Amino acid sequence: MSEPRIRVLLAKPGLDGHDRGVKVIARALRDAGMEVIYTGLRQTPEQIVNAALQEDVDIVGLSILSGAHMTIFPRIRNLMQERGMGDVLLFGGGIIPEEDIPKLKEAGVSEIFLPGTSTEDIIRFIRGNVTPRE
Amino acid sequence: MSESVNTTAESTARDEQERRWEENCLNPSLARMPESQSEFTTVSLRPVKRLYTPNDIADIDYARDIGFPGAPPYTRGIHPTGYRAKLWTMRQFAGFGSAFDTNERFKYLLAHGQTGLSTAFDLPTLMGYDSDHPISEGEVGKCGVAISSREDIEVLFDGIPLDRVTTSMTINAPASMIFAFFLAAAERRGIALHSIGGTLQNDILKEYIAQKEWIYPPRPAMRLVTDTFRFCAAEMPKWNSISISGYHIREAGSTAAQELAFTLRDGIEYVDYGIRAGLDVDEFAPRLSFFFNAHNDFFEEIAKYRAARRIWHRVMTERFKAKNPRSRQMRFHTQTAGVSLTVQQPINNIIRVAIQALAGVIGGTQSLHCDGYDEALALPTERAALIALRTQQIIAHETGVVNTVDPLAGSYFVERLTKDMEEEAWEYFRKIDEMGGMVEAIEAGFPQKEIHESAYQYQRAVERGEKVIVGVNEFEMEGNELGEPNILQIDETVAELQRERLDRLRRTRNQAAADRALDALRRGAEDPRANTMPLLIDCARADCTLGEMCDALRPVFGEYQEPSF
Repeated sequence: MSEPRIRVLLAKPGLDGHDRGVKVIARALRDAGMEVIYTGLRQTPEQIVNAALQEDVDIVGLSILSGAHMTIFPRIRNLMQERGMGDVLLFGGGIIPEEDIPKLKEAGVSEIFLPGTSTEDIIRFIRGNVTPRE
Repeated sequence: MSESVNTTAESTARDEQERRWEENCLNPSLARMPESQSEFTTVSLRPVKRLYTPNDIADIDYARDIGFPGAPPYTRGIHPTGYRAKLWTMRQFAGFGSAFDTNERFKYLLAHGQTGLSTAFDLPTLMGYDSDHPISEGEVGKCGVAISSREDIEVLFDGIPLDRVTTSMTINAPASMIFAFFLAAAERRGIALHSIGGTLQNDILKEYIAQKEWIYPPRPAMRLVTDTFRFCAAEMPKWNSISISGYHIREAGSTAAQELAFTLRDGIEYVDYGIRAGLDVDEFAPRLSFFFNAHNDFFEEIAKYRAARRIWHRVMTERFKAKNPRSRQMRFHTQTAGVSLTVQQPINNIIRVAIQALAGVIGGTQSLHCDGYDEALALPTERAALIALRTQQIIAHETGVVNTVDPLAGSYFVERLTKDMEEEAWEYFRKIDEMGGMVEAIEAGFPQKEIHESAYQYQRAVERGEKVIVGVNEFEMEGNELGEPNILQIDETVAELQRERLDRLRRTRNQAAADRALDALRRGAEDPRANTMPLLIDCARADCTLGEMCDALRPVFGEYQEPSF
């Protein structure tokens, strides 16, 4: 049997259409051997959490460049909690002011990656924090 | 005959000279000190040779390919005197919070020497949703100004002389609705439409390709665009009905040549659709304008602008048989590359912006926006916007680059690069023509996939260290020793204010008149011969909101869902 692969859901919540970053990351994670499900643009928090449940992912990543992160991240984290995904990690990236990062971490977001992050750092973070389920 | 013999003799002598240089000068130097990289490339990963000589431009003919400024093929610019008669328009893109906030910023910029206005809208507005729609929550006023009604537009431009200052509105999927608000507002102020100059971005094709703020599928969306062409051709001789944009294509990760090719092929598509809508090419082509990115690679950018003018001239002359010289002159706006700005050591971005803007100016741009140095963090503060404007003023008044027209013409390197980029664009045109056109290419995901591939290759080059980004993958520092900028924060009071304003508007307007206007709009949309533009203006006069106007067309036009490519 081959090693179980890490399953990642990448999502673009809100109205933001900037998908260059999320698509580059999706490809880099796939090249690193992970299974990546990318939701496409403009998913509501409910749609994202449903997709995470259905796809039985190990970790969820959100990309937001629109400034709506303080509304959207906590909402998705809470929905994940309610739907029994308290153990599934949530991370994100985008145009996010440094001072918002501690508040997002307090709200249960494991890590925030800012522009200029190497895809290697994201891969290392995921491998270091996620054990794929059998 | 004798001339060509002479030329051959000259070139043989040059070859001999070059051979001797290689042997006596270059090779010993390489042996002593090898070059630092095996291949040098532009930011678009285009290989660049060590040296360019007259041999590299042997296929370029001055009269045919370069010519004089203000004369075909316009490689050297569309004005015979370059910037000596008139500088470019300093048009800083601005928009945040409420219409009141942005109006204040507009006035601030004009007071400090800015010469044109450019409006950034927030995401709900760009997507055609009112500020009080549930989907707008958390996004109102965040990355642009929130505009849901004619009243909002009136506040936005309050006190601004619309017949003297040209205004640009960066809006696409709901461009004709926002334009309708603008025109209804101008009407109430008693300003004649034919006296208003400005630009509606209105470029829906690049939304499907790159920026991804859409509402309807491509074909009905193209009908809205050609409706504005028809309206402007008849009513607004000084208005640019579209700004065909490569900016967002580049920001999404394309190379410079792809930006050039996809933007101009979009231009061809708009001309095709305009003609199909019954217009004569010279009725609307003079008011088509373009919009390009200014990225870090100085010479490649300059070559891109020069190639763009030459290609457009040939396209309009040969493909569309345009007779009016203005139809063949490409006019464009330039914005520095937001994507090149770094969060790390953000003050460095001032330098990047200055160099990029200089390329735009040397490339002959008609108007320019310089990014704020803090834009990798948030929307620009007043201070960052002022420094950006000052950057333009320093280029204009201190560097001397405006003294002569197209100063890099004749550079072996720049002329070669201009020609190579032009050829790359023609090759893309051939491919897209074979697919049936740009709408078909978009439906097949072709430009989208090409851009994604380039974005990925660039990211890999950065991660391998082949492309250096100062402060990011070299010369890094802990913390921001160059100073932590203050950033602009937009709070939720903007959304509250918008909710109240919309509430009051809906309560106090003549509801029957609003319903009638929306119904007429819906019926007009169903009739392909009707022009939606006057119907939208009627809706704006009747105080219909942006969301109501966009919703009225959804059942007729459908909604776009991006296929996964």
